[in-house]
Amino acid sequence: MNYIFYFLILISIIAGAINGKLSDVVNAILSGAELSVKVAFSLIGIMAFWLGIMKIAENCGLIDIIAKIIKPVTKRLFSEIPENSPALGDIAMNFSANALGLTNAATPIGIKAMEELQKHNVDKKSASNAMCMLLAINTAGFQLIPATVIAVLIGIGYKNPTEIIAPTLLVTTIAFISAIVFAKIFEKFWQKQIPLNGQKQCLKGGELCSKK
Amino acid sequence: MFQEIMSIISIWALPAIILLILTMGLIKKVPIYEVFTDGAKDGFKVAINIIPYLVAIIVAISMFRASGILETIQLLFSGFLNKLNIPADVLPLMIVRPLSGSAALGVFSDIANTLGPDSYATKLAAIMVGSSETTFYVLAVYFGAVGISKIRYALIVGLLADFIGIAAAICVCKWMFL
Repeated sequence: MNYIFYFLILISIIAGAINGKLSDVVNAILSGAELSVKVAFSLIGIMAFWLGIMKIAENCGLIDIIAKIIKPVTKRLFSEIPENSPALGDIAMNFSANALGLTNAATPIGIKAMEELQKHNVDKKSASNAMCMLLAINTAGFQLIPATVIAVLIGIGYKNPTEIIAPTLLVTTIAFISAIVFAKIFEKFWQKQIPLNGQKQCLKGGELCSKK
Repeated sequence: MFQEIMSIISIWALPAIILLILTMGLIKKVPIYEVFTDGAKDGFKVAINIIPYLVAIIVAISMFRASGILETIQLLFSGFLNKLNIPADVLPLMIVRPLSGSAALGVFSDIANTLGPDSYATKLAAIMVGSSETTFYVLAVYFGAVGISKIRYALIVGLLADFIGIAAAICVCKWMFL
């Protein structure tokens, strides 16, 4: 991420200078920063709402039920997460909300799932395999009906906008499956996470380790 | 028929989920009001936690878009795309899609409005927009909320999947509409 961040900004400044758009690039810093805060603040209310609803779902055992139903799938995708973790139920809810196009609900629920996954993470600063898998599922953007796109098509007088649904579904399924496969492949070959505290203490002496 | 069923589902999905959760909470004697407010407390904290990560990514991407580099890339690749029978109008969309959701929607509306409903580019653009997500934004929000700064292979996987999605969109669109 360090390099991506650096090169995005480096390329922007160099290209801006060549294209004579350096002042636009500088203005973009201000507008981008402002936009970030706007986006974050617009999330507060809906985030609070769904975190509240999800807490009820968790306390009444609904999340557990969902987690049990999808266990055969999550067991393979999130192998490092214990089967009774509420994270798995949250992930299922997040996926369903995304599939139905309920982005406003999907994001808070997905964040809640991330928080649950963070509890099982050995290094709180770096993304665990399970987190990368959840992100892969979300960035793939699996959706049954592309509602926004259809709205735009209707707006320009497209005769039969629903003909776009089938090919879009096919493409999004291909992208979704490939995201999961890529995540699994990288999980095998990428450098493993180094546990921050636990492991080192274990190396020093068995006593500390057994206490943990 | 299909369209009607889908619109009913999309209208009823949210109310049904909320009602189901609340009803089940009452049946199981969960103090739903207390639990709701307790859970909702974290909403503010999470949103504030995300800000530094969003600022980093959104500012970098805003600068990138303002620099005019996208137009340069478009010029460089338009010949290559023409050979593959891909309309060059769709190229900015391919680049912008993982970076910014609102920009991608803007580019798509632009293509749809200027080229019209019958053009192949509009169909291809519609499928591309509908089948993918704003990878960088999702990454910033989801990892930012829990304070993850070492993203490991998450971005590579997201971008590879985006690339496969673009390729699949081109193939499927060619097969169905050309």
